[in-house]
Amino acid sequence: MRKLRRSMLFLPGANAAMLSTAFIYRPDSIMFDLEDAVALREKDTARLLVFHALQHPMYQDIETVVRINPLNTPFGLPDLEAVVRAGVDVVRLPKTDTPEDIYELERHLERIELACGREVGSTRVMAAIESAIGVINAVAIARSSQRLIGIALAAFDYVMDMQTERGDGTELFYARCAVLHAARAAGIDAFDVVWSDVNDEAGFLREVELIRKMGFNGKSLINPRQIDLLHNAYAPTQQEVDHAQRVIEAAEEGERNGLGVVSLNGKMIDAPIINHALMVLERAAASGVRR
Amino acid sequence: MKIVREALAGTLESSDLMVKIAPAGDGLEVVIHSEVIKQFGDQIRQVVHSTLRDMQVHQGLIIIEDKGALDCVIRARLQSAILRAAPDAEIDWGKLL
Repeated sequence: MRKLRRSMLFLPGANAAMLSTAFIYRPDSIMFDLEDAVALREKDTARLLVFHALQHPMYQDIETVVRINPLNTPFGLPDLEAVVRAGVDVVRLPKTDTPEDIYELERHLERIELACGREVGSTRVMAAIESAIGVINAVAIARSSQRLIGIALAAFDYVMDMQTERGDGTELFYARCAVLHAARAAGIDAFDVVWSDVNDEAGFLREVELIRKMGFNGKSLINPRQIDLLHNAYAPTQQEVDHAQRVIEAAEEGERNGLGVVSLNGKMIDAPIINHALMVLERAAASGVRR
Repeated sequence: MKIVREALAGTLESSDLMVKIAPAGDGLEVVIHSEVIKQFGDQIRQVVHSTLRDMQVHQGLIIIEDKGALDCVIRARLQSAILRAAPDAEIDWGKLL
């Protein structure tokens, strides 16, 4: 079964209190941030905090992601040396503009994995696209590595690059479509931008509804309060669950009877419909039905 | 690792700790203040001393103000302070595991 990634909670890497408690909120993935959320003079200690947190039992049962600093800064490579050895699940590369950025990351990952005895290829990657050139290259980036689990759109830098600002989503229209199509063409996950006003729940939910309907797997979050709202919005309705169960039952019955094609209420059930039904049941199992 | 300059790491926020390090001519002096010293004093001392031992710190004054940090946070902040106080050196991540 595919890993469910609806919520990816950002944690500032230098914040000891948040690192000590965030796992209790049960997002699908936790993303320790060593980049923008960490002041320059705290980069060293944040790296060590994340290095040790990754190895702590409290983070063994949850997917861990670390956003490292760009590799063309003095901090990127030391970040990578630390987090790979600590056993991070996924490295998030910020400001990915070209497939060559991913190739460079892969070379370092392979070298470090070999040096510390981890299986080559075991450290997975997600790319954050934050510029016009990154959006243009999204398909090539999404197809650049077997390690990629997904690509994410990051809005703050992107809207600056586009000489606009965050608004009702119009400013992200093309980028969202491009990133999502690139991810789907490559068979990997797509993650939407953070919603930074934690007090504007209505705005957050409007955006979640939009990206859910578009087909994004999920969204990066900056506050634990957003997790339940997001999971509920991604939960199927009771009607959808009931229908999905009938689809699976019909498909199973068809298989038992050796039928290549089955129908439900006069409509043919084929592989995409069965896959969709499985996804609905998976989301229902994870967070119940929508309230 | 030799302590050659004063250094600080950490904060006084809840679940964190502040580590202050200074060079000292003779021996190692460790002072620990903690809000949870009665319950976890032995464990905190054990983490502090094993970290110092692993990093081969044998001289210096180390003052710790603990605000209820987890072991992994104590270790990270202490290592940060030591590395800031020591001459520039490549970190051997394998030894910090």
